[in-house]
Amino acid sequence: MQALYAQLLVGLINGSFYALLSLGLAVIFGMLNIINFAHGAVYMMGAFVAYFLLNLGGINYWWALLLAPIIVGIFGMILERTMLQWLTGLDHLYGLLLTFGIALIVQGVFQNYFGSSGLPYAIPDQLKGGMNLGFMFLPIYRGWVVVFSLVVCIATWFLIEKTRLGAYLRAATENPTLVRAFGVNVPRMITLTYGLGVGLAALAGVLSAPINQVRPLMGADLIIVVFAVVVIGGMGSIMGSIITGFALGVIEGLTKYFYPEASNTVVFVLMVLVLLVKPTGLTGRAA
Amino acid sequence: MTTLTDDTLRATPRAMRDEMIVFVVMALLLASVPFTGVYPFFVMQALCFALLACAFNLLIGYGGLLSFGHAMFLGTAGYCSAHALKVWALPPELGILVGIAAAFVLSLITGFISIRRQGIYFSMITLALSQLLYFIYLQAPFTHGEDGIQGIPQGRMFGIFDLSKPTVLYYVVLVGFLAGFLLIFRIINSPFGEVLKAIRENEPRAISLGYRTDQYKFLAFVLSGTLAGFAGALKVFVAQNASLTDVHWSMSGEVVLMTLVGGLGTIFGPVVGAFVIIAMQQYLAGFGQWVTVIQGSIFVICVLTFRRGVIGEIAHYFRRSL
Repeated sequence: MQALYAQLLVGLINGSFYALLSLGLAVIFGMLNIINFAHGAVYMMGAFVAYFLLNLGGINYWWALLLAPIIVGIFGMILERTMLQWLTGLDHLYGLLLTFGIALIVQGVFQNYFGSSGLPYAIPDQLKGGMNLGFMFLPIYRGWVVVFSLVVCIATWFLIEKTRLGAYLRAATENPTLVRAFGVNVPRMITLTYGLGVGLAALAGVLSAPINQVRPLMGADLIIVVFAVVVIGGMGSIMGSIITGFALGVIEGLTKYFYPEASNTVVFVLMVLVLLVKPTGLTGRAA
Repeated sequence: MTTLTDDTLRATPRAMRDEMIVFVVMALLLASVPFTGVYPFFVMQALCFALLACAFNLLIGYGGLLSFGHAMFLGTAGYCSAHALKVWALPPELGILVGIAAAFVLSLITGFISIRRQGIYFSMITLALSQLLYFIYLQAPFTHGEDGIQGIPQGRMFGIFDLSKPTVLYYVVLVGFLAGFLLIFRIINSPFGEVLKAIRENEPRAISLGYRTDQYKFLAFVLSGTLAGFAGALKVFVAQNASLTDVHWSMSGEVVLMTLVGGLGTIFGPVVGAFVIIAMQQYLAGFGQWVTVIQGSIFVICVLTFRRGVIGEIAHYFRRSL
């Protein structure tokens, strides 16, 4: 039973990353009509920025949790201003191709300087150790990742669904021209949205740094799984992305326990099943 | 929404004539390669990728469907051909057939699944399916995991042509490439190809005209996947191995890059793009990961400033269909 709970926890952690990443993808897709292929690369950048902050600037984990998403978010906003904005009005596919190119550049540069091996990032002192819950031993850091991700996801949902800014965002998703006519600066909102989505990915990167080590290709395979998550959940609903992300993480964890050979493929197999039964995805509208 | 390709030039008899002239010139140039001292292995490799890119282009350039998982057909056909040649000791022509058959079956299955979603979702689904296959091949015993299938015997094609001789192998690969290319050329200019273009331009309208667009897209997917498998089977004889790199997502990305550089929806673009990218990899091999950075930069530059690609720009300038 111990092993089962341990795998469930791993599943929940992976689920947190899926949720944070697919949430960012959904937010970006809503505003920019772009599938951000560079999402895995910015996730990796988040982890690397945390690593640099600690080793070059002596800035600890807690500040990195705040600073890394801001730094990477600014990098994202520069990308949006200098490149992505020129794709407005073109076919969706060009956005995918452009961000794929950006991902190759970013990952290639990091691979050049850091090879393919992982760099260690220590768990902050306050979150070291573990708790005995009676039925299992819970490493505190892992529990923290799950809880904190959940809080960030809910906060993002609240920001988009319940605040005035979120209302503008949703309105601009539906009809940007009309929202501009009301005097809202839609291009700036698009830039900020891209920054927000990218920042969420970077945050996931910082959270994963002490667990998965910091590697240039840490996001490259992950992003493909997240794409499958997005296909399963559909990108129409924020809450849908969060729930699908966590649920698939848990299912993956269970698979690791019951049938480890399939743990790499279970999300893709589920995607195929969902497509066969309900082609529009679980929460999605027709594309 | 603007479309992917510049298709203001219609399929007129003059366009067909231009295309045939360019085809003959291309065939003659390629046929003379063994006499020029150009390294034949490089050209053979480029020809396999050119065929793969042409098959991919059939789907995106004429069907408007961006597959981000075409490596799965290349790799599957490669593995199956390699297995047939090495373990079952089949002659080369049957080995190729086994590879093509495998890619055909795979494209039936993956096409049935992925064609259910449009646009951007289609790309993500094909990418995820190819990743699924990657993990299956990583664990399956017959692929030998990280090692791949190595030392594949080349054998004698039809019992006559000794494929271990570079020149003979070169002409066999060239004939295979030209046959595949002509088949794609024929498909594009057939009534089926015209319907495909109509669907790409305006799918609701094609539906309202009574076309079952899903069936057309499915057929295009199967044709494209099977031809990509043909490229994969040919590549086995050139590289004499089948490995995981052929199924990896980065291979799918390279195919997209080749077609983008050459020109989406142009007939000769994918061929030019394949030669450019393979040559680049050859000459920059010493630069390690910078090759990835350069490939990424080419993606970015192409998308931002050079969306027609090399052949697309030339065709646009001379107002010809190429």
